[in-house]
Amino acid sequence: MSGDSFTFTIDGVEVTATPGQTIMEAADAAGIYIPRLCDVEGLRHQGGCRVCTVKASGRSAAACTQPAAPDLVVDNETDHLNTMRRHLVEMLFQEGNHLCPVCEASGNCELQAMAYRLEMVEPFRFPGLEPCRPVDASHPDIALDTNRCISCGRCIRASADVDGKGIFGYVGRGIHRRVAVNGSDLAHTDADINDHAVSRQVCPVGCIIRKREGFSIPIGEREYDHGLIGDEGDSE
Amino acid sequence: MVQSQTDIATPAEIEAICARFDDDPHRMLDILQEVQTRFRCVSPEVMEVVASATGLTRVAVDAVVSFYSFLSDAPKGRVTIRLCDDIVDRFSGLDAVIAAFEAELGIKVGQTSGDGAFSLEVTACIGMCDQAPAAMINDVVLTSLTAERVRDLVTQLKEGVDPGLLIGSRYYEKPPQDRIRDAVRNNIRRAGAVLLGPVPADSGLKKALQMRPEQVIDIIEDSGLRGCGGAGFPAGKKLRHATQNDSTRRFVFCNADEGEPGTFKDRVLLTERAHLMVEGMTVAARAIGAEEGLIYLRGEYTYMRDHILAVLDDRRARGLLGRNIMGMEGSHFDVRLQMGAGSYVCGEAGALISSCEGLPGEPKGRLPLPTERGYLGLPTVVNNVETFCHIARVMDRGAEWFRGMGTDTSPGTKLFSVSGDCLNPGIYELEYGLTLAELLDMAGAPEAAAVMVGGPSGTIIGREHFGRRLVFGDLPTGGAVMIFGPHRNILEIVDYYMGFFVHESCGYCTPCRVGNVFLHKAVQKIRAGQGKQADLDYIREYSATIMETSRCGLGQTSPNPILSTLKNFPLLYSAMLKGGGDRTQPTFDIQDAIEEARSIAQRRSYIFDRDFTQ
Ligand SMILES: Cc1cc2nc3c(=O)[nH]c(=O)nc-3n(C[C@H](O)[C@H](O)[C@H](O)COP(=O)(O)O)c2cc1C
Ligand code: SF4
Ligand code: SF4
Ligand code: SF4
Ligand code: FES
Repeated sequence: MSGDSFTFTIDGVEVTATPGQTIMEAADAAGIYIPRLCDVEGLRHQGGCRVCTVKASGRSAAACTQPAAPDLVVDNETDHLNTMRRHLVEMLFQEGNHLCPVCEASGNCELQAMAYRLEMVEPFRFPGLEPCRPVDASHPDIALDTNRCISCGRCIRASADVDGKGIFGYVGRGIHRRVAVNGSDLAHTDADINDHAVSRQVCPVGCIIRKREGFSIPIGEREYDHGLIGDEGDSE
Repeated sequence: MVQSQTDIATPAEIEAICARFDDDPHRMLDILQEVQTRFRCVSPEVMEVVASATGLTRVAVDAVVSFYSFLSDAPKGRVTIRLCDDIVDRFSGLDAVIAAFEAELGIKVGQTSGDGAFSLEVTACIGMCDQAPAAMINDVVLTSLTAERVRDLVTQLKEGVDPGLLIGSRYYEKPPQDRIRDAVRNNIRRAGAVLLGPVPADSGLKKALQMRPEQVIDIIEDSGLRGCGGAGFPAGKKLRHATQNDSTRRFVFCNADEGEPGTFKDRVLLTERAHLMVEGMTVAARAIGAEEGLIYLRGEYTYMRDHILAVLDDRRARGLLGRNIMGMEGSHFDVRLQMGAGSYVCGEAGALISSCEGLPGEPKGRLPLPTERGYLGLPTVVNNVETFCHIARVMDRGAEWFRGMGTDTSPGTKLFSVSGDCLNPGIYELEYGLTLAELLDMAGAPEAAAVMVGGPSGTIIGREHFGRRLVFGDLPTGGAVMIFGPHRNILEIVDYYMGFFVHESCGYCTPCRVGNVFLHKAVQKIRAGQGKQADLDYIREYSATIMETSRCGLGQTSPNPILSTLKNFPLLYSAMLKGGGDRTQPTFDIQDAIEEARSIAQRRSYIFDRDFTQ
């Protein structure tokens, strides 16, 4: 961090930032939650899910990649923004194959938790795309089910930047874009159960499965059983 | 043109190709295109070899192969036929042409013949809307196809005739410029004072070299010239912005991706004014102190590659490119040609830069601007072909001369690409400010019922808007004007272009990647007569979210075909709604009855879902 710090506001609250910080970084430092899915602490920003969209002095921007600037007036918790966020979360549900009751991520899943936070209660207008991609269970300790993938790219950045391996990557274009592994299957990569990329914090949904650990936390004691995502700090 | 002797790539051959590009991962697109041309695919084994030669992971190489339409991991035919599948082609007899190809080749669209001789595919607009239906046969472009001609073409191809010789028996003996003129008609209907009238060679460059760089920028700024690629950003301001850093290395990039359906003006400039374009790039380089330039030519225009290379060589030979240009001590600039590989979004400035860096064509974020951090993180000016041609002319004739044409906010002339239902499709160089009605009059389109201005990312308007002016602030456009007669089905047009955006979305961000798929489904539902008022509400809400949250201009404009027709042709939609859209009670509908259960279960009914194909 360098240069002189400056201030701007988020929903009327004054926030301090340093040059080079994004709106989200400054918000986090000030204890203000901006909804997010593809961004996670410790990894580069991708700016792909768009759930963190805010209004920055009237102009929509992804808070995780938009640099903070002096005197910026940021709107975060507005009906308009939350409606758009709900649409985006809906799209992610529609794109994948999500059946929460039988999913081992249920309760720990950030997508599901975001749906609760945004009060996504209406049924979808269209049937989902229902991908039917084969599950890669070749590795002794790890399985990959991309049917629930939300293209957050967190596994990709964690493997490349933290583990220095590059086990995951995107292939394909548009709606056919998906996560693939650097080999014919997971068993033919350097993936290891101790990689950061396959740790619980990285995949926000239930795609990267640590074998023999599923369903170990009983329902009711899972991460988002206690409160809304983003409110963790407030619920005590 | 020569087919490779063997089709199976050995690791040594692949390594040799990589070595020719210095094993540089930034040249990934060139490497893979070369492999694709020689071996007709980039197989997973080959990706492995390329990855280790360039120091990348295999999945990173796969990311590039799987992004571009003209690269494939499965073998393509030795002759690959790509039919232009734009709506204009569909309205010009494409069906019969496809049927003829399928019958003669014995394969369907999307297939490769068992002996590996032919592949048949469809592809998005290839920039030949004024002479549709058109096709690429390997790199060669053929236009104004008919079923009869197809039968003759296939007979010749089966006899082993080289695709180029389908244009004419002396094709390969001619100079490159004559070849491309033989292959594709220019259809210049109006030549204006700036670009298509007579232009003296390199007198703008001569003047620029005698001035200080700031003076060059001042003149371009003073001319009021606005970018011609669509957004209309002031050209002088962009140059100035690129100098406001202390970088010692800067780039001038020419955007010859021309991907917006209905646009083909750059094709004509590249054919007839390639020298002027490079002259303009050289002026811009002088203005910002750049020594390196690049032309990004869309893969669909590969037939013009030799012509552009010949122009660059000629300019080097005459001291107009290279070291000490025109004898000016210390004035260095050279240009490299980068071929695209079939991706519309690569025309977006950030995606274009990604593509040149050897990556999938994913846009960069909005900030920092390319003029600050562009190619390889260095200041880069990206301008359209036509903009560079204008820059050269402004330097020659001066800002005042230029401002004397057009309007205050849109000075000078503009090339309009006119196609569709009219007598005189082609290129019109006209001063900004004329009304659409005036242009339609020149084009011979008294029957026009709807016009798409600015391509699918622009707007579709009806007769009551034909009095509007083709200027920034009213009907802005990169130049595409597509005309539809009263017999055309507007919803078919909307359906087609929503499919186009789904196909061309890069997939980086949720709203554009997923949202457009559902907008497309909603349009298809309405087209099938199954739509309800609630579907229109859904379209409006989702469109707003897609436009507001998308990461680049593609998603920010992709709902335009629906939104502009909903606004300008509302009756069309209400007539298609179930129950006529009024308050009458629709009769029992099984779709309706199971809709809610289906939504909650998130499962389709394969018995009752007639309106969804996937
Ligand atoms: C999806 C998309 C496609 C584009 N395609 C092109 C193109 O093919 N050619 C072009 O010159 N500009 C294209 N643009 C605009 C470029 O991003 C950029 O604004 C332009 O090249 C700048 O040049 P200009 O100022 O001379 O117009 C496209 C933009 C978007 C969002
Ligand atoms: S990944 Fe999350 S949203 Fe999807 S099924 Fe599992 S718990 Fe539900
Ligand atoms: S597998 Fe998980 S972490 Fe990786 S991109 Fe998909 S959702 Fe994100
Ligand atoms: S708007 Fe579309 S094309 Fe642009 S970054 Fe997002 S997904 Fe890619
Ligand atoms: S968190 Fe910012 S775009 Fe995903």
